[in-house]
Amino acid sequence: MNAAPPEPVAVTLPARGPGDRLSGLFWRHPKLLLGLLLAPPLLWLGVVYLGSLAALLLQSFYYIDEFSGVVVPEFTLKTYAELFRAQNLDIILRTVLMAAAVTLGCAVIGFPVAYFAARYAKGAWKAAFYLGVLLPLWSSYLVKVYAWKLILAKEGIITWAAEGTGTSAILNAVLSLPGIGGNSLSTSYIGTWVVFVYVWLPYMILPMQAALERVPVSLLEASADLGATRAQTFRTVILPLALPGVIAGSIFTFSLTLGDYIIPQIVGTSARFIGLAVYQFQGTAGNIPLAAAFAVVPIVIMLVYLTIAKRQGAFDVL
Amino acid sequence: MNKLTSVGTITLAAVMAVTPALAQVTQIGPGEGQLNIVAWAGYIERGETDKAFDWVTKFEAQTGCKVNVKTANTSDEMVALMNEGGFDLVTASGDASLRLIAGKRVQPINIDLIPSWASVDDRLKDAPWHTVGGVHYGVPYMWGPNVMMYNTEVFKEAPTSWNVVFEEQTLPDGKSNVGRVQAYDGPIHIADAAQYLMFHKPELGITSPYELNEDQYKAALDLLREQRKLVSRYWHDAFIQMDDFKNEGVVASGTWPFQVNLLQADKVPVASTIPQEGATGWADTSMMHVDAANPNCAYMWMEHSLASNLQSDLSVWFGANPAVPAACTDGRGMQTPEGCHTNGFDDFDRIRFWTTPTANCSQGEGACVPYYRWVSDYIGVIGGR
Repeated sequence: MNAAPPEPVAVTLPARGPGDRLSGLFWRHPKLLLGLLLAPPLLWLGVVYLGSLAALLLQSFYYIDEFSGVVVPEFTLKTYAELFRAQNLDIILRTVLMAAAVTLGCAVIGFPVAYFAARYAKGAWKAAFYLGVLLPLWSSYLVKVYAWKLILAKEGIITWAAEGTGTSAILNAVLSLPGIGGNSLSTSYIGTWVVFVYVWLPYMILPMQAALERVPVSLLEASADLGATRAQTFRTVILPLALPGVIAGSIFTFSLTLGDYIIPQIVGTSARFIGLAVYQFQGTAGNIPLAAAFAVVPIVIMLVYLTIAKRQGAFDVL
Repeated sequence: MNKLTSVGTITLAAVMAVTPALAQVTQIGPGEGQLNIVAWAGYIERGETDKAFDWVTKFEAQTGCKVNVKTANTSDEMVALMNEGGFDLVTASGDASLRLIAGKRVQPINIDLIPSWASVDDRLKDAPWHTVGGVHYGVPYMWGPNVMMYNTEVFKEAPTSWNVVFEEQTLPDGKSNVGRVQAYDGPIHIADAAQYLMFHKPELGITSPYELNEDQYKAALDLLREQRKLVSRYWHDAFIQMDDFKNEGVVASGTWPFQVNLLQADKVPVASTIPQEGATGWADTSMMHVDAANPNCAYMWMEHSLASNLQSDLSVWFGANPAVPAACTDGRGMQTPEGCHTNGFDDFDRIRFWTTPTANCSQGEGACVPYYRWVSDYIGVIGGR
């Protein structure tokens, strides 16, 4: 038979007030504290963020009555079927192609910049790099786009410079390209692309630079020791290791282009992009179901894109 | 006593029976201290954008009604705001006004309480976009045409036809019009095409550019597809269009007198005209919410909108036409007879005012193509379909 256990000794002082009792409560029930701390952000995410998405999704299953133009709150897939009408497919295709082209452009232009910043820039150069990349983000987006409209205009600085240097023929050849050309840079797809690339470039450079900085120098030295040429090292060592950064950057440029509705409104041919179509359908046409269905398209595209990106390890560098 | 009660009851019953049909204010009491108006941008100016343009402060001083303005960008937004409630007045265009009346969001106006009603343009007094079944649902505010703006260096004489923006041709300066003309980036522009066809293809039998059956609609879209080949960029923002006339080599386009006035003030060589086919236009009306919380101030404002410098100065500010003809001539504000002429005051009969296309039209129930299809098809046209 064991001896009776000793009387428990009070190891805590008696509560001195509500503050002590509260902290005691939290100490005994750590999950309560966690719940209280997480509730506001979760409510924000759940109600405001996902809730609005759910409302959007719900709207897209309604349809608009052909005669009165009134939204009928009955479940149907009719509105989604409308997305497959030729002019709407055009919009989707146009937007995805533009997003892909912008992403590619940003990657090609941004990679050397990021590489230089990660490998060679030191001290003041590094600061200059960050300033140079981030500076455009400090001014208003609209101001930048309007400025580009003027730069690209038919009577703008680029045409003027081309005339001055006798390169008008090149500019005209570019503008006469079928499909993407136009009357002037500011009224062609080329112009839209240029402005998109300019506006989203920082979002591509920064993650690429982060990824490149993590490539260990020892690996490059080992590669050189083993007799690889510079091109081989780049292809087989640097690029695969930096690829997650490129993909992370591309998520930004791709999704931002998919949703933008300001740039194509100001620079370009007036042909609609997804964002513009959503804006017009909900705003002037009162066709909220179709606007909602259109808004679901980029979500689906991005889900597919993110799944692929995740497989490539893009989220490891975010 | 009994008799008295029954007389009272009968009177009350009579009043209640009549009230729904004629639910209008019968006399103006003292102001409630404030007034909430839904208006187009630039419509209610208190001298804050430009000192010279102020038609609010005096009204506030005289009546004690503080004016609060909520600006709306589209007719649909105006309808939505009025449906939400909380406003007394709205400056509704023809494509919103009938919707508001049909939706019972606005109340009939007792024109006997507006002394200046007699001064309203006779052409507007009974306009169908605010008068339904002989009942007035608003007071005319301002109207204007969608004129054609052209570059005077290219066109030594004003173009006589809208064909310069609809059909490929060589302009007077010897160069093609491809890439040098613009069109409005809104589905309502289909009406401009229909109006052009009304003149040039009478066999289509179009009677109103806002009431198109399938065949007429198709013809209008075909015309717009041809236009797409001429237009590099469509315009929807007045300031972008002005920039395009300055920097993009655009020489002709449908536009509002607003842009013409501003560009001329900027010494850009442009002028405006209404070609032989006529033009589309807008006509706005002050309408009063059915549950207006400040009816007295609202009535005072409606009187003010007709009697003060508002009509004259706003028509200068906006490049529009006053609903009160005298505002052009009597010097109550800055407007002059020449200014009114430039803004198209004498072209009223050649203007077909914006109305919302609906399926049920004068051609029959469900005979016309409704507005939401205008929207999606115009998107297709601009996208090259």
